[in-house]
Amino acid sequence: MEPLLKTVGLKKYFRVAGGVLHAVDNVNLSISKGRNLGVVGESGCGKSTLGRLAVRLLDATEGQVFFEGRNIMEFEKKKVQMLRREMQMIFQDPYSSLNPRMSVFELISEPLVMNKVYPTYREMADRILSMMDMVGLARRFANSFPHELDGGRRQRIGVARALALNPKFVVCDEPVSALDVSIQAQILNLLMDLQDELGLTYMFITHDLSVVKHISREIAVMYLGQCIERGPSREVFKNPLHPYTKALLAAVPRPRLDESLKKEIIRGEVSDPVNPKPGCRFAPRCDFFTGVCTKDIELKEVNSGHFVACTLFQGQSPGSAACAGSKASL
Amino acid sequence: MTNPLLAINDLKVVYTTAGSVVRAVNGIRLEVMQGETLGIVGETGAGKTTTALAVLQLLPSRTGKVVGGHIIYKGEDLLKKSEQEMRRIRGAKISMIFQDPMTALNPVTTIGDQILESLRIHNGGKQQERRLQERVDELLQLVGIVPSRKRDYPHQFSGGMKQRAVIAIALACDPELVIADEPTTALDVTIQAQVLAMISELKEKLGTSMILITHDLGIVAQTCDKVAIMYAGEIVEQGTVRDIFLSPRHHPYTEGLFGSIPDMDVEVGRLTPIEGLMPDPVNLPRGCKFHPRCRHAMDICRTVIPEARQWGTHSIACHLMREEGV
Amino acid sequence: MNGRQLDRHPGEFVYKKRNAFLNRDTWGRFYKNKSALLGLCIFSVFIFCLIFADVIVPYGKALEQNLRIRMQPPSAAHWFGTDIYGRDIFARIVHATRYSLFMGIVSVAAGIIIGSAIAALAGYRGGRTDGIIVWLMDTILCIPFMLLALAMVASLGSGLRNLLLALVVASIPIYVRVIRSSILTVVESDFVEAARCCGTPDRFIILKHILPNAIGTIIVQATTSVGTMITWAAALSYIGMGIQPPIPEWGSMLAEGKAYMMKSPHLVIFPGMAIVLCVLSLNLMGDGLRDALDPRLKD
Repeated sequence: MEPLLKTVGLKKYFRVAGGVLHAVDNVNLSISKGRNLGVVGESGCGKSTLGRLAVRLLDATEGQVFFEGRNIMEFEKKKVQMLRREMQMIFQDPYSSLNPRMSVFELISEPLVMNKVYPTYREMADRILSMMDMVGLARRFANSFPHELDGGRRQRIGVARALALNPKFVVCDEPVSALDVSIQAQILNLLMDLQDELGLTYMFITHDLSVVKHISREIAVMYLGQCIERGPSREVFKNPLHPYTKALLAAVPRPRLDESLKKEIIRGEVSDPVNPKPGCRFAPRCDFFTGVCTKDIELKEVNSGHFVACTLFQGQSPGSAACAGSKASL
Repeated sequence: MTNPLLAINDLKVVYTTAGSVVRAVNGIRLEVMQGETLGIVGETGAGKTTTALAVLQLLPSRTGKVVGGHIIYKGEDLLKKSEQEMRRIRGAKISMIFQDPMTALNPVTTIGDQILESLRIHNGGKQQERRLQERVDELLQLVGIVPSRKRDYPHQFSGGMKQRAVIAIALACDPELVIADEPTTALDVTIQAQVLAMISELKEKLGTSMILITHDLGIVAQTCDKVAIMYAGEIVEQGTVRDIFLSPRHHPYTEGLFGSIPDMDVEVGRLTPIEGLMPDPVNLPRGCKFHPRCRHAMDICRTVIPEARQWGTHSIACHLMREEGV
Repeated sequence: MNGRQLDRHPGEFVYKKRNAFLNRDTWGRFYKNKSALLGLCIFSVFIFCLIFADVIVPYGKALEQNLRIRMQPPSAAHWFGTDIYGRDIFARIVHATRYSLFMGIVSVAAGIIIGSAIAALAGYRGGRTDGIIVWLMDTILCIPFMLLALAMVASLGSGLRNLLLALVVASIPIYVRVIRSSILTVVESDFVEAARCCGTPDRFIILKHILPNAIGTIIVQATTSVGTMITWAAALSYIGMGIQPPIPEWGSMLAEGKAYMMKSPHLVIFPGMAIVLCVLSLNLMGDGLRDALDPRLKD
């Protein structure tokens, strides 16, 4: 079946003082309808840029993004505007993603007004009110301004705004990171309920690994602009292959006491994304680094659906992932 | 039983802004022993940072005020001390690590000079410059920064390294107690792991006591000996880390917190978040402050503030506990 | 999109379009601010003069010369005394208010509207457009304000219209600079990106998102500039390059009286006080307005 969204060789470079910043470098992803993709990584890995490329808020330097089979990177302005009805985005910061001068009603109405969806005011108002009901915002807040509401309610406004046009695909860029733990859970439940109700598909971008497993069936791990591992989230969490993924999973502090204190902690810091050297970008911090790692590596399927870009698995055939990953095997 | 290093008794702090009174901390009781790490867990607005600032008397002078209670440090009440006396304590005996390393460092001074500043203030002119510089190098190595980088400015450091520098400044004069306010919240998870490991190592090496303020129960499990859970300016549950993670009894808020966190290793269909929001500190509910959000709220919860019930080291302030007679 | 009551949901929901700035909270804050109120009171006197100048004292009295009663100090007949030509100073000051306020308000209004448009273009488009505009504005800014205004008046001739033109042109780069930086901050905001995501075309983004959020700066800039422009107009008139006598203007009144300042201080005190009070009241109101519009700024 045709994937809902597919990226092929997607690249986004920025010119900065000092060279070229490789924000997203040669990313190949595919998202099927109904199967959420979680994109994880730490700061600077390019996940936010990837999200914006996926909905054409940014133009790619190279590569294609296929939405329902059509390459959206080639669309001209008018078609991009039409695209907004099908692809939307929920932003991270509920404090800065809402215009402080607009009331809740006006904020949610914007996509409807700009796309001339409803011929009469009344129909539009009905739609807005029902959206508010759907996201759990009491109707009495329709005249309120963002600064009068708390983070959780503001994020609900963001959700309502994104879903007003009934899109098929929504990129959620760290939608709960700025919220308190108990509010995070409320919003996550909301997103999952809405997915079921409206038949949505999410690309869920986050740095919080516990959240991503909860909400996505597929997961892609990003490091310095490259996708270094990809696969069903259950599989990747149970059997992480790439040394970075392993360390990332190990680094998350679990709210339990029965953890062994010994952890593999990565040393060093993320290297500079400006003018990166060829080869694996994680190499400087990797315990399994060898000379082979200085050559560019592609994602290779190691288990059904589980891909990894690491020299440790280059010579492997699918199904033999279990025995790789120790120093001795090199 | 030895005396606690720091004992906070019935502390009350308010903020007065144009007309309204924000009751930030409403009578809390905490104790930190020598060499121990106490974790204070709570969400935004619970009063954790206010407590930390109150200990060091760093509340914003225009609006914040301690209106009750005692903060006993080694037998003396810090709230009765003058500003001059407090200055001798800050940095030297009790120091603080702030949340955002980006703003905690002075952007126009080198890292080395910032560490030096702390040393100079508390060691006066007694020690020579060279000895102080050696100490700066020592500290930088202790936190994992190459000493040659002491001539760099904060903007040349990454987030993780900035936080290490902040920790170096906090430890410069060998304090007995370090208060860390969400020290790793602004950092990436792998860098967080590095910094937490370093903090644990340092604690063991130097025997420093610590108050660690966080909202992350995972960090608490990993680094703390004792835990206090704060809600709306009160401590609703307190105990050793075993009590909090292994005991079958919990305050409903604590249960809610655990239910809100998606666990990486266990699959759960739907999370069980706590309904509603933390109360407006200007308009706190009567009785138990959690009752509007509590699944088990009873009539008594609406009018009477629950007293803490003790089971050994574990204390919970909830009428439910009383009722069941457990 | 205007607000209307929905009959289908009686009692449940009424959409009232609230203005984000000019609502009850804003005015409430303004009224609580004592200095702003003081400014408002003082300025209302000037507004009164502006509107009712002819009613208070006929224009003729401002021009009527009577050399026999020249340079008389304030008295019952002539509240502010008379000037070197025997004209009633009070009458002159009241009528001069019209010119000064007109100069101030019109020059600022024109300057800010044009300046905002240029700044919005530069800030939102960015890149080359921004680069060229900034370069142009910086070049004009290199020329001292007074010199530029003088040069324009000198070449175009004195008089109300040319004075106005000179003030507007010379002040545009200043507005562009200040407003542009405010616009740049807004352009970076997430909500602008969110608006693009909604499918909002650029022109609406500038009108509905960027300008309204930069307006705080614009309003404050406007109110303080009115005072500044009044001063500049007076200054230019003082050196004879602005409004020509016998038309009453505070600056030219100062010029006329300056030679006799020592003996007859009333000749310069009253026009001087008029300028000071007018500009002061404007500044107080401007500060109050800024604080009222966005109380968060105060902290």
